[in-house]
Amino acid sequence: MKFQIEEVTVYFPYEHIYPEQYGYMVELKRALDARGHALLEMPTGTGKTSALLSLILSYSLHHPPLKLLYCTRTVHEMEKTLSELRLLLPYLPPNRILALGLSSRKNLCVNPLALSAASRDSVDSACRRLTATWVRSATAADPSVPTCSFFESFDRAADAGPDNVLLPPGVYTLQDLRAVGRDRGWCPYFLARRLIPFASVVVYSYQYLLDPKVATIISREMQRECVVVFDEAHNIDNVCIEALSVSVRKQTLDGATRNLSRMAQEIDRLKATDANRLRAEYNRLVDGLAQRGNLPMTDAWFSNPTLPDDILKEAVPGNIRRAEHFLSVLRRLVQYLKGRLETENVETEGPVAFVSSVNSQAGIDQKMLRFCYDRLHSLMLTLEITDTDEFLHIQTVCDFATLVGTYTRGFSIIIEPFDERMPHIPDPVLQLSCHDASLAIKPVFDRFQSVIITSGTLSPIDLYPRLLNFNPVISRSFTMSLTRDCICPMVLTRGSDQLPVSTKFDMRSDPGVVRNYGRLLLEMVAAVPDGIVCFFVSYSYMDGIVNSWNEMGILQDVMQHKLVFIETQDVVETTLALDNYRKACDCGRGAVFFSVARGKVAEGIDFDRHYGRLVIMFGVPFQYTLSRILLARLEYLRETFQIKEGDFLTFDALRQAAQCVGRVIRSKADYGMMIFADKRYSRHDKRSKLPGWILSHLRDAHLNLSTDMALHIAREFLRRMAQPYDKTGGGVKKTLLSQEDLERMGEDAMEMF
Amino acid sequence: MAVINMAVKYKTTVKEHGIPGVLKMMEDRFAFVPNDPRSAMKLKVDFRTIKGHKFSKDGSKQALLNLTQDAEKGVGYIFEFDNFSDRNVCRDFVGKVLGKFQSVTPSKPNEQSVPEKPAALSHVEQLSTVEMERRMKLLREDSELQKLHKQFVISGVLTESEFWATRKSLLDDDENKASKQQAGFKSAMLADVRPSTDGRTNKVTFSLTPEIIHQIFAEKPAVHRAFLNFVPTKMTEKDFWTKYCRAEYLHRTKNSVAAAAEAAEDEELAVFLKHDDILANEARCKIRRVDPTLDMEADVGDDYIHLPDHGIFRDGSKETMDADYEIARRTLSQDLNRHAAVVLEGRALDVELGDTRTVAEALARSKQESSSDLPDENVNMERLAKVSRMTEIDDLQAPRSLPYAPLCIKDPREYFDSQHANALKALGDSGGMKSINCNMSTEEVYLYLRRQISEVKTRGLEIPVIQPEAALKVLDGLNQHLSSTRYHLGKNPQESVLDRLPHRTRDELMHHWMSIQELLQHFWSSYPITTAYLYNKVLRLKDAMSQIYQKLQEIKESVQSDFRHQVSLFVQPMLQALDAAFAHYDAEQQKKSAKSGSKQNGILETGIGKISRSLANS
Repeated sequence: MKFQIEEVTVYFPYEHIYPEQYGYMVELKRALDARGHALLEMPTGTGKTSALLSLILSYSLHHPPLKLLYCTRTVHEMEKTLSELRLLLPYLPPNRILALGLSSRKNLCVNPLALSAASRDSVDSACRRLTATWVRSATAADPSVPTCSFFESFDRAADAGPDNVLLPPGVYTLQDLRAVGRDRGWCPYFLARRLIPFASVVVYSYQYLLDPKVATIISREMQRECVVVFDEAHNIDNVCIEALSVSVRKQTLDGATRNLSRMAQEIDRLKATDANRLRAEYNRLVDGLAQRGNLPMTDAWFSNPTLPDDILKEAVPGNIRRAEHFLSVLRRLVQYLKGRLETENVETEGPVAFVSSVNSQAGIDQKMLRFCYDRLHSLMLTLEITDTDEFLHIQTVCDFATLVGTYTRGFSIIIEPFDERMPHIPDPVLQLSCHDASLAIKPVFDRFQSVIITSGTLSPIDLYPRLLNFNPVISRSFTMSLTRDCICPMVLTRGSDQLPVSTKFDMRSDPGVVRNYGRLLLEMVAAVPDGIVCFFVSYSYMDGIVNSWNEMGILQDVMQHKLVFIETQDVVETTLALDNYRKACDCGRGAVFFSVARGKVAEGIDFDRHYGRLVIMFGVPFQYTLSRILLARLEYLRETFQIKEGDFLTFDALRQAAQCVGRVIRSKADYGMMIFADKRYSRHDKRSKLPGWILSHLRDAHLNLSTDMALHIAREFLRRMAQPYDKTGGGVKKTLLSQEDLERMGEDAMEMF
Repeated sequence: MAVINMAVKYKTTVKEHGIPGVLKMMEDRFAFVPNDPRSAMKLKVDFRTIKGHKFSKDGSKQALLNLTQDAEKGVGYIFEFDNFSDRNVCRDFVGKVLGKFQSVTPSKPNEQSVPEKPAALSHVEQLSTVEMERRMKLLREDSELQKLHKQFVISGVLTESEFWATRKSLLDDDENKASKQQAGFKSAMLADVRPSTDGRTNKVTFSLTPEIIHQIFAEKPAVHRAFLNFVPTKMTEKDFWTKYCRAEYLHRTKNSVAAAAEAAEDEELAVFLKHDDILANEARCKIRRVDPTLDMEADVGDDYIHLPDHGIFRDGSKETMDADYEIARRTLSQDLNRHAAVVLEGRALDVELGDTRTVAEALARSKQESSSDLPDENVNMERLAKVSRMTEIDDLQAPRSLPYAPLCIKDPREYFDSQHANALKALGDSGGMKSINCNMSTEEVYLYLRRQISEVKTRGLEIPVIQPEAALKVLDGLNQHLSSTRYHLGKNPQESVLDRLPHRTRDELMHHWMSIQELLQHFWSSYPITTAYLYNKVLRLKDAMSQIYQKLQEIKESVQSDFRHQVSLFVQPMLQALDAAFAHYDAEQQKKSAKSGSKQNGILETGIGKISRSLANS
């Protein structure tokens, strides 16, 4: 359908639209008009993504040259977004949109030689071995040196002009890009990167904008006229923090030492054969880092965007310009870090104190530390090192040095000699942990005209601007208008024997609680059709309780009704388990999926429709509160933003819980139940942190249930949902709008003025 | 049709030893000649006298074929065959021949009573053998249908074609179900063998059945491979399983040190404890075929430039694993996932479970086949189509119909009874809500209301408005109904009233109910009577119905006093339905005799027929 929001013609891929989608679009358009940032919360199951895509694309058709950078957390969400886009495409004016997904070499490469490598790092370096400039020039002299035919033919095509490699308008998922690559014999990875400036929609992972190492090379050419969307952004603060956190372990330092001696050998070799190259590098460094911009695409290293522009123009400090000198600086740094790791006690200090102690003990000042990362890559280029996967350790150390040298606040350095939970195993680690989420996202806010942060759970919505330190022009939370009560949240506080259930530390291993949880699941698998999803608070808790259920025979009883699948820490296995879970739901056998809150599955897999008729959240997913990193962060939050520790922990736990249960619903025709199985959920201070759209359906009668009552409610609910109903909502409030409704609304609005 | 000669043993009862001889089957009769020429047991029987045939199941002790002459008395000819394939040849032959005769025989009474031969004979269609076989198969699979068929078709109340005419859909469905559904694996984890101890000695016992072994092979390809390699060249099957159980026991006790020690000593045992490389390979293949919107593997290291030890390392969300022993890595979760995957894949074996070696080999064969079919473009396209279907929001657009596979329910009554019991249970929980269906069109309601008002207007309100006797009667009836249902539901919701009747009575009742439904359906559908054929059919139906009516009355009287009330409650609607039919029949009869001249009442009758039929059905 097609309708007007003020001057913009909006193209929408369905015959009907939800009123909240319409409202969402109106707010979004205001934000775009104001060229400002927006924070929008809309419940899951109201078609957020399609509303977002449809409005922004329609808007950009009206106001070129607006571009959309759509950030997803994971590759599979990227695929989902692209397939939504593909649905929209036929409704838009033809041949205007080029949309593509971008991922790492591992997911895009079609060269069988590089693909045979097991890990992604090896794919990267295998690619580099075949495509680096010096390898290619070596091939020119000696044809027996292998190169990548895909890259060569792409390069030949691209040389004739950028239009030559431009793909016809359309939507290109990773798979499509690979297919095109195989078809034309072009390298899909470099093709995708070449296409970025020409694409009107680019979908990629958060890191490509947030991680400073990646952001410059991938997102360097993006102009200011971009709308950046962070979808499912409730965890964005954590992503920002992770992007700037590094930890150094004993293995890292040992590896770094090996790397350094290898580099020293290379330097000696080069001195003997081709001393000019080292001299050329020296001169380049004197001229400053900024000139590095015109390196060929295949060699590109990553500059550090967190460095302000004036530093970029500055020359590398004189004492690390020479390769040997730089190496000896690195050796001293590694030696110093090794010394720090040999501590018996936990140590915590700030970056300033750390830098000064480095300076006094190893003689490396802040400026040298800050340039480490760039200097290292310059050196590696000069030495023509292709097997970069071997040099990861020294890169980690340099990254650490640069971060420590750049920031003076918002970080802390924590040295732990062993893991809290396993004190008998020595495993020293030095962690540089970032506490301030705003540091990583600041360049994004500064650089692009509109940044939209959206998710199904952003409650309390006033916390995010504080955490991320920005001023949204629009900040709104939408509720859901439901045709019928298609979600049924319940709080279960007691088992069938009326004893309380909880995952509180002192109760979680109580066999009575374990049994009550098991009975709950057993009753539910017998009553609920198709798919059921269970979330546990951690992997170790899940393993424990599943083993106990197995011993008690509960698991065997569960299996009489449904097949059981479990998320493990192995992603391949989890992916296959999920695929099988869907198959089991599709074929009618029914299945239960055990998963972990904060795990990979909870992050981005939907359990909509028959894939999830019920979610059980066993316990409250608090973070591991004894973690020193968390404690340091809480302290920072209290000092900087006056956020109380308890409040933040509850907020964080409840947003995870809400995120988990929110995965069941996809549209208003869908329905699902949510059971919060812990007595702590009945307390007001916990419960009230849940998003409004769940709270509004949480009836007072459902706040303190036991297993048998919950079962009764579930049966009633399922029977009610099985009845036919009027989709448009009828009555006073419409929950489904057609084109005529929208036109009428538009006219009404006109008459009012 | 050809003539079949087969060596068999003839017996008069199943237990008897039997007389060896040769069975000769021809199109219209069969003959038995004993091997011993002195024996007097020579047979020559016309197929027309045979009413049905029974046979023992494939795989049971004896391969029997019983040709029955009289179903009630059980008089018949029993033949024992040397093997099942011989028996099946004869069985199919008999089936065909009998089917043919059965479709012919019922028309015989017609011939006698009706003067117009051609009308009756036109219904004796010549069926193709395929059609015949399909009908036979349906009868075999559905015992109730078979009973009905025997009762009406063979006794001549209905003709074969009449009987099947109302079951066209069944026959059509059957065509769709060309490929038979296979029974899958059980959901239970059989491969997770639990040891049992006798409590006195230190011995633990594992017990394995062919079913369990099959599942172990399917779930643990390494064990399967080891079996194929080792047995019987290197060790006996018993040794193999002993070793396997030992490994399982070590794994179960989570004694990784002991396991490592044992594995170091015994390389065959180590096979069971080690990480399964075949599974890992399979996983690598399968991961390429998963739905891209689920593929979390693609995510690993998609942070563009990957450096180790980035992000928050020790915040408690990630668990550190002790990777000391490669052996102890197999966890319960992996087993569960693997088990469920195997159950979903289903069983592709068509060999009988029993001999482990053949099972293992068959499994290996089926694996080779499945691995050879490579993922082609079609699969890819299908997956893409599915992804795009999944991304659509259903209620924002017109619905689309999805393909479905019909359920194969062996015994419908049992199935729906159990469903009904569940529903009753749920109802009982919710306090026994019942919705009363009182649908009326607005027009009817309006008319009814007007009539009432006009009545009140003309007569004024009567005092009392309702006759006290009538009111009392209704109230009593309601009370009784309520209390009786409450009584039964409260007592044991799963047990319906039927279950408490004596078995014989219950079965009879159910059977009569089925027969009445069948008869009534035919009865009402033959109105208006336009041909003599229909007239005859109705006559036959009426006779059959009055017989059942008699029988129902008998049951009512013969049943014990405890159940008399219940039974009469059950019988009541049946009798009512029959009464309605009889009443209609009589009315028709009268009308016909009254105005035998005019024959223009067809349309009116149909209308009445329909209404009363719907009454009868409800």
